[in-house]
Amino acid sequence: MELGIPEFCLVVLIGASGAGKSTFAQRHFKPTEIISSDTCRAMLCDDETDQAVSADAFDLVYTIAAKRLALGRLTVIDATNVQAAARQPLMALARHYHVWPVAIVLQTPEKVCLERNVGRANRNFGDFVVKRQVDNLRRSLRTLRDEGFRVVYTITPEQVDAIEIVRQRAWSNRKTEHGPFDIIGDVHGCYPELERLLLELGYSINLTPGHNYGFTVTPPAGRRAVFVGDLVDRGPDSVGVLRLVMSMVETGAALCVPGNHDDKLARALAGRNVKQTHGLAETMQALVETDETFRQAVRRFIEAMVSHLIFDDGKLVVAHAGMKQELQGRMSKQVREFALYGETTGETDEFGLPVRYPWAKEYRGEGLVVYGHTPIPQPEWLNNTVDIDTGCAFGGALTALRYPEREFVQVPAFAQYAIPKRPLEYNATQLAAQQENDQVLNLSDFQGKLKLSTSLMSQITLREEQTAAALEVMSRFAIEPQWLMYLPPTMSPSETSQLDGFLEHPAEALDYYRRAGVNEVVCEAKHMGSRAIVIICRDSAVAQARFGVVGEQIGVCYTRTGRRFFNDPELETAFLQRVQQAISKLNWWESFDSGWFALDCELLPWSAKAQDLIRHQYAPVGAAATASISAAQTALQQTVTRLPESVELQALIAHTQLRQQAVQGYVDVYQHYCWPVQSLDDLRLAPFHLLACEQRPFYDRDHEWHMQTLATLAEAEPRLFIATEYRVVDLHDQAKVEQAIEWWQSLTAAGGEGMVVKPKQWVVQNARGLVQPAIKCRGPEYLRIIYGPEYDLPENLARLRKRGLSGKRSLALRELALGLEALDRFVNREPLRRVHECVFGVLALESEPVDPRL
Amino acid sequence: MVMTLSTTHTPATDLGFILHKHPDRVQQFELPFGTAHVFYPAASPEYCRVALLLEVDPVALVRGNPGGQGMLSQYVNDRPYVASSLLSVALGAVFSSAIAGVCNKRPELVEQRMPLTVELPVVAVRAKAGLGLVQRLFEPLGYSVEATPIELDPSQTASHHAYLSLKLSANLTVKQLLTHIYVLIPVLDNSKHYWIGQDEVSKLLRKGDGWLAQHPECELITMRYLCYQKSLANTALEQLLQATAPETVEQTEAVDDETATPEVRQPSLHTQRHTVIVQRLKAAGAQRILDLGCGEGKLLRELLKDAQFSTVVGMELSTRSLAILQQRAERLPAHQRQRLSLLHGSLLYRDQRLKGFDAAAIVEVLEHLELGHLASFEQTVFGFAHPKLVLVTTPNREYNQLFPSLPTDQLRHSDHRFEWTRAEFAAWAERVAASYNYRVTIEPLGPEDANHGAPSQLGVFEDAS
Repeated sequence: MELGIPEFCLVVLIGASGAGKSTFAQRHFKPTEIISSDTCRAMLCDDETDQAVSADAFDLVYTIAAKRLALGRLTVIDATNVQAAARQPLMALARHYHVWPVAIVLQTPEKVCLERNVGRANRNFGDFVVKRQVDNLRRSLRTLRDEGFRVVYTITPEQVDAIEIVRQRAWSNRKTEHGPFDIIGDVHGCYPELERLLLELGYSINLTPGHNYGFTVTPPAGRRAVFVGDLVDRGPDSVGVLRLVMSMVETGAALCVPGNHDDKLARALAGRNVKQTHGLAETMQALVETDETFRQAVRRFIEAMVSHLIFDDGKLVVAHAGMKQELQGRMSKQVREFALYGETTGETDEFGLPVRYPWAKEYRGEGLVVYGHTPIPQPEWLNNTVDIDTGCAFGGALTALRYPEREFVQVPAFAQYAIPKRPLEYNATQLAAQQENDQVLNLSDFQGKLKLSTSLMSQITLREEQTAAALEVMSRFAIEPQWLMYLPPTMSPSETSQLDGFLEHPAEALDYYRRAGVNEVVCEAKHMGSRAIVIICRDSAVAQARFGVVGEQIGVCYTRTGRRFFNDPELETAFLQRVQQAISKLNWWESFDSGWFALDCELLPWSAKAQDLIRHQYAPVGAAATASISAAQTALQQTVTRLPESVELQALIAHTQLRQQAVQGYVDVYQHYCWPVQSLDDLRLAPFHLLACEQRPFYDRDHEWHMQTLATLAEAEPRLFIATEYRVVDLHDQAKVEQAIEWWQSLTAAGGEGMVVKPKQWVVQNARGLVQPAIKCRGPEYLRIIYGPEYDLPENLARLRKRGLSGKRSLALRELALGLEALDRFVNREPLRRVHECVFGVLALESEPVDPRL
Repeated sequence: MVMTLSTTHTPATDLGFILHKHPDRVQQFELPFGTAHVFYPAASPEYCRVALLLEVDPVALVRGNPGGQGMLSQYVNDRPYVASSLLSVALGAVFSSAIAGVCNKRPELVEQRMPLTVELPVVAVRAKAGLGLVQRLFEPLGYSVEATPIELDPSQTASHHAYLSLKLSANLTVKQLLTHIYVLIPVLDNSKHYWIGQDEVSKLLRKGDGWLAQHPECELITMRYLCYQKSLANTALEQLLQATAPETVEQTEAVDDETATPEVRQPSLHTQRHTVIVQRLKAAGAQRILDLGCGEGKLLRELLKDAQFSTVVGMELSTRSLAILQQRAERLPAHQRQRLSLLHGSLLYRDQRLKGFDAAAIVEVLEHLELGHLASFEQTVFGFAHPKLVLVTTPNREYNQLFPSLPTDQLRHSDHRFEWTRAEFAAWAERVAASYNYRVTIEPLGPEDANHGAPSQLGVFEDAS
């Protein structure tokens, strides 16, 4: 005998002690699905029959059950459950978690129970106990349905061995159907617009009078329509819409979820007493003119609809008024009510309409929820939900969402068929719904341990202390999150060189990529400035529309930790305008079809941003070192005239000379990167990545493309932009490799910082995973400002060579994955929270204690 | 770094006996942080000059010796080149007998006063007082001071980082001079000196024997010399947070306190602010209180003293401050501890935990926010958390003129992003009150000046619904 139960439900076993519940449970369910009161007693006091701990044991039963149900796990309660009072807390749990309670009653005769108990230790609690349990059970049988059990099975000892439990898919579960879908908003009887929309979507509609409600609709290959409900009322031809949609559902060309208007119609057709307002009277009147068979077909059609549908492995959810994450896939009256009406706050607005609770603002689910119900002027994305009711009957438009393309197809209403109580524009603001919502982020999304998944790395874990550090840095120093669409990853140096006098050398970097299986690299001259991310918009209207910032801003320039680059707002504006003009001159707005661009750059001179550092650290050290060593040298020279023979003195003089040269080298090198900045004309911007524009991120383009594309900026605006020198190097061509090394030597000899070696492709994966996106090789003179003036004295260099890169490199890869994910999410117009968590993650990782010299 | 000591005592070469170092030898001494060399640039009966050259190992300063830990985080550091506590340690090691006053061959020389000149080519004088401090420290001991400022990089004008080249001359015993240098160089340098050990107090008393107690700057010297002990304990935490070390509120108070007249020292402005806040909360009958940006927790302590405040929640962004607060909270009496919760949080993110409170105090926090972040702050506190009463205090910029030590146009604290005049604060407060349905009144906080108002200002926002 097969007993069907929903795949996710709360199974309550009911039977007297000795009825065979545990045996039954173990035969049909996984051990982890069963919560037994006996086991809980034993967990608490080591004795599964100790009635003194019963209350605590049941607390434990309920707690475990609640956790499992919250996680969506089928749960079996193995306790006697013979009294209504004992079942009542379980019913409350089922209601709270919106699962069906299923009763399985084991009707084992009292005699058999008693015999079994005799054979078991510690069960000699007297025959009267079992007798009372059997009595209670008998009385319960009549009330189980009324208590709220949706399924009740009663099993006799004769049947028990033949039982098979069959788990049935939830009605809402269509996760194995992957689409593509055309999801259509509230039609409300607008037959002409629906017909036009279906045609535009590529459906062919054939009239087949007398057959299949008069229509045969053929979708474009592989596609299917999904209606979000409210097919009827208000519009010119509710019956026509019903016929068309019913025919499509009948043939499998469409699916439909119920709307509140449809639900009310079904109740009216079932003869219930419903108020015939909001167009229902007209629909009923039109149906009167059809026949009873059709009316009953309509009623059955609506009643058979499932409150909401989940498709595509859970990535798509369709419900009329939306569906909160915690209700998705669940079954209860509340779930259906939510699907039909949404939630209201209990208040009414100035038009006398109930104020709807903004569930979508708090939505954090993985599944895209497509819904209607609330008419708005244009479809609105908010936190991975989208309202596609654009008020066709009110003279708006009928909207379809193509999934997975996420494109809208609209047919404007041919006429205004009804007047809304509340104008469609009532809630419209200057900013889009998502931006309005994203003005302030929620702390709970960024606190504690976070696990982020990115397309390049499936899981990146941020520890609690890392997110705490990021919160602090973000709140104290970073620019407004609306602008912060990217933070660059840290960059590792090359492996330590063993060549005399060198700590870093290109040979190691080139070798790293050769070993990683990369054939071609791009070597770029490294500018000694400060990292700067520049976001530039065509005008402040774009900044407002796309970034949700208010005021006259046209862009922003920020540092690698998200700080505003310029303290002087006037200088920032002048700088941004110059960038903007260069892009206008190149016609990028048109050629890339984008109102904004994000650039990853080096901003020079170093002293522009590092002025404080130079004033408080670099210059003083240079002055102190120069004065100190020259005083030492003077004293030594005076001594050598007295003690010309001293070998110790000669050695000391030679060593001091080396130190003096090192200090002079240090002073020369830091001064090389400093020049006074009086005005905009003193700044230089060297962009090396075109990060993204409205249409796409650009990290799939190779670095040669980036270099060439960005070089045009220097031609357009040579006062600000500089083109970075680069070489493309075939790693299998030894001559090319040597030329690259020579180039590095000439760059560093001329005072340059060094170079960055990148695989030609931005993102490279090999069998071991991601490859470093870039490796820097800094020149020997430059390294004085990193490792101190005297770092290259032999006794110092030997010790400095001991440095570990693995921590830095692992960080670089995780930060790369997060940075590019942030770009993707921003370009895909995901909610700010989703972009922010990636840049937040980069800052969190940057709090790791890694040697800052690397 | 090199120090030279010279004398014109006759015969000048007696210096070699006193120091136990032969003028014709070049000697070398290994120290934990590098190598000291001793040699004589001049050695005649008329004039003798000894040099102590300290080659500080710059790598060991950062990385530490094998098995040890480095004391600096930066390789680019002036420590190897300036006279610092490292010099004191070197003096103690190389000239230990001279400092102890031991000279077996010529015991009479120990007490022999002679004309001595010490030259320190680079001394870091970080105190604003600069040259004046050098004079205050050395002149009472009989030195004549010659100080030459060292030019920084010419491109770096207006640096406040000053080095002096010092020449100090006096008629003293060598022992006296060396102990003076030993104690006063770290005091002058005023930087961390980890290499001086734990027995700091007794060392100071020994080295200062006979002169420190009478020194007019005794208090300053002792304080500077010993307060570094405290910093020793904080080293770990400081290194941890050095990148974004939050400035403590005390620095602000140092400025504020200058308003108090020396005769009648009033309670600090900080304390006054808290007193007013507590009175307000008390009068409003508030029980559940938020202290947003609770910092060091001074206001929390006041709130816990009054049982009317049944729930006191302190929120702080700085994890470092919060860790200290949590430690302190553990030591509170149980009935106070129960009423207190501490949260890590930011005023720029909506926070569910802040809902349902009677009142929020936001004391000297506003001015630490970027102007671009104020909109988020307003939505979070006034819109979302929406306590019935909000008390906001912030400095009154107009009053800054009355702080003699504060340059014009400079804010009171390096972390302040802005400071508002009374009119600016009022305009902001009224706009916020109107947007979020509060009634607001603004009051001066602290002693009021007829032209410039009070040092601080308080906005009292009451829920108008």
